[in-house]
Amino acid sequence: MSGSVWTVAEQYDGRLRSISFELLARGRSLADKLATRHRKLDLPGARPELCVLVLAEKADAAGVKELIERGADRVFVAESPLLRHPTVEPYAKVMEWLARDRKPDVILAGATSLGRALMPYLAVRLTTGLTADCTGLDIDEETGNLDQTRPAIGGNIMATIITARHRPQMASVRPHSTRPPDRDPSRAGIIEAIHPPDELMRSRVEWTGFRAMPQNEGSIQEADKVVAGGRGLKKADNFALLQRLASGLGAAVGASREAVDRGWTTYPRQVGLSGKTVTPRLYMAFGISGAIQHLAGMKTAETIVAVNNDPDAQIFQVADFNVVGDLFEFLPAFMAELQRRGKAIPAAQSSGKQA
Amino acid sequence: MRIIVFIKQVPETSNVKMDPVTGVMVRDGVESIVNPLDLYSVETALQLRDRLGGKVTAVSMGPKTAIKAIKEVISMGCDDGILISDKAFAGSDTHATSYALSRALSRLAPFDLALTGVRATDGDTGQVGPGIASFLDLPFATDVSAILNASEKSLEVERLTESGYASLRMPLPCLISVVKEISNPRLPTLKGKQRARQMDIPAWTAADLEADEKLLGLNGSPTRVVKIDRPKVTRSGVTVWIEKTGAEEAARQLADFLEKRNLL
Repeated sequence: MSGSVWTVAEQYDGRLRSISFELLARGRSLADKLATRHRKLDLPGARPELCVLVLAEKADAAGVKELIERGADRVFVAESPLLRHPTVEPYAKVMEWLARDRKPDVILAGATSLGRALMPYLAVRLTTGLTADCTGLDIDEETGNLDQTRPAIGGNIMATIITARHRPQMASVRPHSTRPPDRDPSRAGIIEAIHPPDELMRSRVEWTGFRAMPQNEGSIQEADKVVAGGRGLKKADNFALLQRLASGLGAAVGASREAVDRGWTTYPRQVGLSGKTVTPRLYMAFGISGAIQHLAGMKTAETIVAVNNDPDAQIFQVADFNVVGDLFEFLPAFMAELQRRGKAIPAAQSSGKQA
Repeated sequence: MRIIVFIKQVPETSNVKMDPVTGVMVRDGVESIVNPLDLYSVETALQLRDRLGGKVTAVSMGPKTAIKAIKEVISMGCDDGILISDKAFAGSDTHATSYALSRALSRLAPFDLALTGVRATDGDTGQVGPGIASFLDLPFATDVSAILNASEKSLEVERLTESGYASLRMPLPCLISVVKEISNPRLPTLKGKQRARQMDIPAWTAADLEADEKLLGLNGSPTRVVKIDRPKVTRSGVTVWIEKTGAEEAARQLADFLEKRNLL
C-alpha cells in the first residue's frame, strides 16, 4: 500500500461533506496513473490504491459505502469520542501515525477551514512540501512526481509545482473545483478500522462550543451557485432582492468587499482575496466592478454572469454572459422570467424598500 | 501579555489593473505595502496589549526594504520590531519560511501569543502560520474571528468555519491567525510615525537564528516551481445591452443561456 494516494474526508453533523467525494475524482485519476506506472516499471510492493481517511466519533456508514462506490479502494475509519470535533492536532497526529506506517505517495485534502489548517501543520510534521489551492493535479509519467498546478499572483499566472525529493507529496484542492465521480454500486473496496492510541487524539485546543450560521448565511464556498452583489446594489435593503433571486436559484448570496465594508452584508459572504475563494458552477455578479482582488476569488467559477451598467467594468473581462444596463431594471425582469420557467421566487417583504 | 505579530511586505495591488490583451497584472510602479490581511492581526495584538498590558513585537522576513513595513506597524502602535533578513533565506517556500520564522519565535521566547494574518495577498497560501505552530509544537487556531477571553494562562477564541463559528480554548503560549471580521485596524498616528522614524530595527541573520542552514532558503524548500503559464483570462462572453433589447428580452436570453448550460 505504500505509494498510494490518500484523501481526507470531512464529516459534519454526522454526514460526509461533498468535498470528501469531490476529492475522489482527483485521487482516482492519480491512483490509476501511479498504478499504471507501477505495473509498467515493475516497481516493488503492492499496487497503489486510492485510500480515504474518515476520522469521526461515529463515521457516516452510508457515506463510507458511497466513498467506495465513487472510487475509493480502501477507507480507513478511525472512530473515537476524542474525534468528535474536527480539531487539527488529533487529525494531524493520527494521520502522521498512519502515514509513517503506510507511506502514502500523495495526500490530498480540501482547501476548507479544516484542510487549510491541518495540511500545513501535518506537512511540517512529515517534513514534506505542500501546495495550496491546486486547480490541476497530474502524475509525471517519467518521474512519478505529482505536478501541482495553482493560480498565483491573484490568478494571473498558473504555477506548476513539484515536491521532488520528499514524500508524501501534499496538496489542497478548492471545494467545487471537480464533480464527484459517478456512483457504481457494484464497486468493491475495503473498509479498514484503525485504532490510533488515545494520546494521539488528545488536543490542547479544546472545543468549547459551536454557533451554526443561520441557514441563509449558508457557506458560499459550499454552494453550487453564488449570486453576489457589489457597490452597484446601492444599499443594504437591496440585498433582499438578491436573497430572493438566490432562493429561486438555490444559490448562496455573496458580496464584494465594497458591499461588506459598507455594512450591507456580513463578512462570511465576502468573495475575493481578503474574503473567500469560490469555485461554484454558476457565479452571478450584480453591480460588481471586478477589482482584481474580487476576480481572484471567483474567476475559476465554471460559468460567470455579470450585470453592470458600466460597459468597461473589469468584471466583463472574465464573464461568459454580460448584461450591460441597470440592474434594478434587469433583476425584476429576470426573476419574472424565472417564475415563468417554474422557479419559486419568494415575494418581496412589504417592509423592504427597494432602490 | 508578550505578543509577537508576524507581518509580510507585499506588492500593493488594490489599484492594479489587468492588461485587457494579455490578462496579466500591470505591475509597473507598484508600491510595497504591509499585507492588508496582517493589519487585522496587528490591531488584535494592540487591543490585547492595551487591555492586558505587555508588549507587541512585529517580526518580518524579507529584504532590507521590509523595514518600511515594520516601521509602519510600529507607527500604528507596535512597541518594536525585528527584521529577519539574509541571502540564505532566498527562495524559501512556505516550509522553509515557517522554519526560519519559528527559529525567530523561539529566540523571542518566552512569549504568550503569536499572531499572523490569515494569509498574504501575494503568496495566498495561509500555510506559514500553521507551519510555525507545527515546528514549535504550539497549540494554534486559524481563521479566528473573535477573541472571547484572554487570561494569563489561556485564550478562548471563535473561529470561522464553513458552517458556523467554533469556540476553542487553548493554553498559552499559542498561535492564532485572524480574519478580517476580528477588528478594524487603526491608522498610524503622527506620534507613532515619529517614534518609528527614530527607532532602530535590528536585523537578524541566519546565524542569529541558530538555524540549521540545510533547512533554509531554496535548499530547505521541499517544493519547487517548475513551470509558469499565463492563461488568457478573458472569456468570450456574450453581451446583451438592456437599452437595446429591453430588460425582458435580456432576461429571457440569460435564462436561455443558463438553461442550455443546465444551470437552472
